[in-house]
Amino acid sequence: MSAAKAEILTRIRDALGPSPVVPEIPRGYRAAGSIAHDGVVEQFCAHVAEYRATVHRVADSEVAFAVRAILGEGKRVGVPVGFRDLGMPVVEDHGLSVAELDALDAVVTGSALAIADTGTIALVSGAASGRRALTLVPDHHICLVAASSIVPSVPDAVAALGPDAPITLVSGPSATSDIELDRVEGVHGPRVLDVIVFA
Amino acid sequence: MSFKTAARETLQDAQLRRNIGKATTLIREKRLRAVAELPDWERLRDAGEAIKASAMATLPEQLERLEAAVTAAGGTVHWARDGAEANAIVASIAKRVGTDEVIKVKSLATDEIELNEALEAEGIHALETDLAELIVQLNPDDKQSHILVPAIHRNRAEIRALFEQTIARGQSLGNEASAIAEAARLHLRNKFLTVPMAVSGANFGIAETGTIGVVESEGNGRMCLTLPRVLVTLMGIEKVLPSWQDLEVFLQLLPRSSTAERMNPYTSLWTGVTPDDGPREFHLILLDGGRTQVLEDEVGRAALHCIRCSACLNVCPVYERVGGQAYESVYPGPIGAILTPQLRGLDAAPSLPWASTLCGACYEVCPVKIDIPSILIHLRGRVVREEQSKLTPEALAMKGMAAAFATRRRYEAAQRLARLGRGPLAKAAIPGWTAMRDLPEPPKETFRDWWKRERGEG
Amino acid sequence: MRVALFITCFNDTLFPGAGKAVVTLLERLGCEVDFPLEQTCCGQMHVNSGYGHEAEGLHERFARVFGGYDAIVSPSASCTAHVRERVESIGGKVFELTEFLVDRLGVTDVGASFPHRVTFHPTCHSLRLLDVGDRPLRLLREVRGIDLVELEGARECCGFGGTFAVKNADTSMAMLSDKVRHVLDTRAEVCASADTSCLMHIGGALSRGRTGVRTMHIAEILAAQE
Repeated sequence: MSAAKAEILTRIRDALGPSPVVPEIPRGYRAAGSIAHDGVVEQFCAHVAEYRATVHRVADSEVAFAVRAILGEGKRVGVPVGFRDLGMPVVEDHGLSVAELDALDAVVTGSALAIADTGTIALVSGAASGRRALTLVPDHHICLVAASSIVPSVPDAVAALGPDAPITLVSGPSATSDIELDRVEGVHGPRVLDVIVFA
Repeated sequence: MSFKTAARETLQDAQLRRNIGKATTLIREKRLRAVAELPDWERLRDAGEAIKASAMATLPEQLERLEAAVTAAGGTVHWARDGAEANAIVASIAKRVGTDEVIKVKSLATDEIELNEALEAEGIHALETDLAELIVQLNPDDKQSHILVPAIHRNRAEIRALFEQTIARGQSLGNEASAIAEAARLHLRNKFLTVPMAVSGANFGIAETGTIGVVESEGNGRMCLTLPRVLVTLMGIEKVLPSWQDLEVFLQLLPRSSTAERMNPYTSLWTGVTPDDGPREFHLILLDGGRTQVLEDEVGRAALHCIRCSACLNVCPVYERVGGQAYESVYPGPIGAILTPQLRGLDAAPSLPWASTLCGACYEVCPVKIDIPSILIHLRGRVVREEQSKLTPEALAMKGMAAAFATRRRYEAAQRLARLGRGPLAKAAIPGWTAMRDLPEPPKETFRDWWKRERGEG
Repeated sequence: MRVALFITCFNDTLFPGAGKAVVTLLERLGCEVDFPLEQTCCGQMHVNSGYGHEAEGLHERFARVFGGYDAIVSPSASCTAHVRERVESIGGKVFELTEFLVDRLGVTDVGASFPHRVTFHPTCHSLRLLDVGDRPLRLLREVRGIDLVELEGARECCGFGGTFAVKNADTSMAMLSDKVRHVLDTRAEVCASADTSCLMHIGGALSRGRTGVRTMHIAEILAAQE
């Protein structure tokens, strides 16, 4: 044990005294699983749209068409390795360099789940969401959200997620509140966020 | 400088008062709406308070669990007794990486220990990437004035003018906030893509899993946490949360209390090092820096529960008038008034516990229910007992009044003397009051004299 | 009902009118009012200024003087909050006037008549320490002839804060000037409140500015039969 660690732990124990009181945690708030799923898709779409993301609702079979309609022709589009067929040329992320990522016009990925209450999408590093840099460097992110993956609340999401892979919770495009404490879109992360909710 | 003197200076700045008043008024109303949406808000606050208290009561165990979990996930954990020790660790990592530049995510802990200045002395430039921090950094005469929005004292026009003189020299940015954001994007883009080392703070460190959380808006955080080869996170030891599940409470409490949104744009959660995703090296520095000293005070230690949301600043009528700089600390406002004197020692900031009218607005909004007014009163008592002479005019007046109030006979005698402008109650009639306000005409008889006259002494 | 009046040293010495109005009002509503002459000060000023040790004897004294009563009524939200928190043995029996009227006596129409334009400043301690909510306004709305006008920024502190008004006089005045501006905006004749300490502060500026606006304790309006 380092000297610093030993000293800090000793200081803490001295400060707390021999028998510090450990309070019970009253978890009387709305727990995971306590809120019905009725209307979660509509609520999610409404809330994510309030962050000025663009929401598209389509059938599973129309996803590729919707992506092509958003992007138009001639864009360099990145996707995670082994991503679903979009019926258009794409660049798979076999470890693209930062410069290569920066040269993409857009990126299309899936997501792990979404939260209706807050309009939040959870990206979990892996096959569906890709690695973190892929959804960060390109300026336009098109994110697919399965309607069946939308959960009502933050506790539902926390219960479904875990520490094994990096997580990015995304609630709208990049924004800042640093100018007069008012939210304005578009700083360093993707400035355009399209969300395709499919069922 | 005492708070009174510093406040007298900032009160002169009408522009500052307008800017802060406008921003805090806006955010206060937004917060009320964001909080009203959750029917279980009070129960979340109760849980948040208890989780923090429980984490503090079991702190040695939680920190050791956190260290073990981070290490198991491929990270390296360092312990720093004070700021100098933490700064030296960061500098030595930068030197080993071989970089003379690091990019930074906004972090109060690094501001508190003056990391940027320490790195600069070692020839390493620390580049702030948060928009508000950048605004402050670009003006050598400026200082942070808010926990969440360090440049809250600057309005849009001032920021635009600053950018047109610095990072967007020779350009005309126009009046849209988005143009200001765009200028910052262009300025920092290449740095994000090329600088090999980043430094961040942490909103949470989860003991159970070793997961670190950073909550942000702009994406500068994601850039710093994801693209560089080496990531160093400085975390105050009070930021530890015992369990993964605790996130469900704080991811609701924090965004709605700070930017008054249902959720902030980006939250990053990572555990150690992940193959093929993000930095190859992760260092977590656990900082004491006075926190164990705060922990010694059984009443004052609740200040360590703070999650840095800044809701207490935004509702504080004192903060709104004087701004953050009058508190002369990276922690201004009500939370600063109880945290700064405890972190630095009461003798270093003895006037801050009086920088409040005890109106209670801060306690009302605090997402983890820190009873700031009660802690202010407690710290006032400590300053009086530990830092001041028993012979100050105020102490003598208080003693005199307590003696006068101790018996009815003395109290009534003091009332009679006071009507003649003498004695302990007259001295208490607050000297200096009439410089700016009138005093009411003294009544012809006290209430009790009236009662005795009307109803007798029976 | 027999009640004890806890006048507070501040009202006793400087604002006897508030106490007389409480007596008039409670007797009109059928209460028997006692005034224990042994009462002095509750110790709030000492505690809030950092001299808690000096207040210990005052807390004991308060408990002794008022120990025999089931209901203690005070025209001060601030002092009521103090003894409720610090004098555990009987703190629960102490009521701020508007709490007592609405909760214990169950009245909102107290038979008052006051044909004037009035605005009400709810003090911080009545709002946040006692949580009196809209009780004062419910009482005022029933007053005959009153023209009750809403105060903008009502929930915001006036800047008094006990010794704050002197120790940080510049900041206090900055807060006060905003409060006074809101009061003047209402074009009210009277600014009323449940604490004379805040009223002394607000009234001091209204008087210095020769605004012609009066300050009154809410009890004085509820006792009025003009």
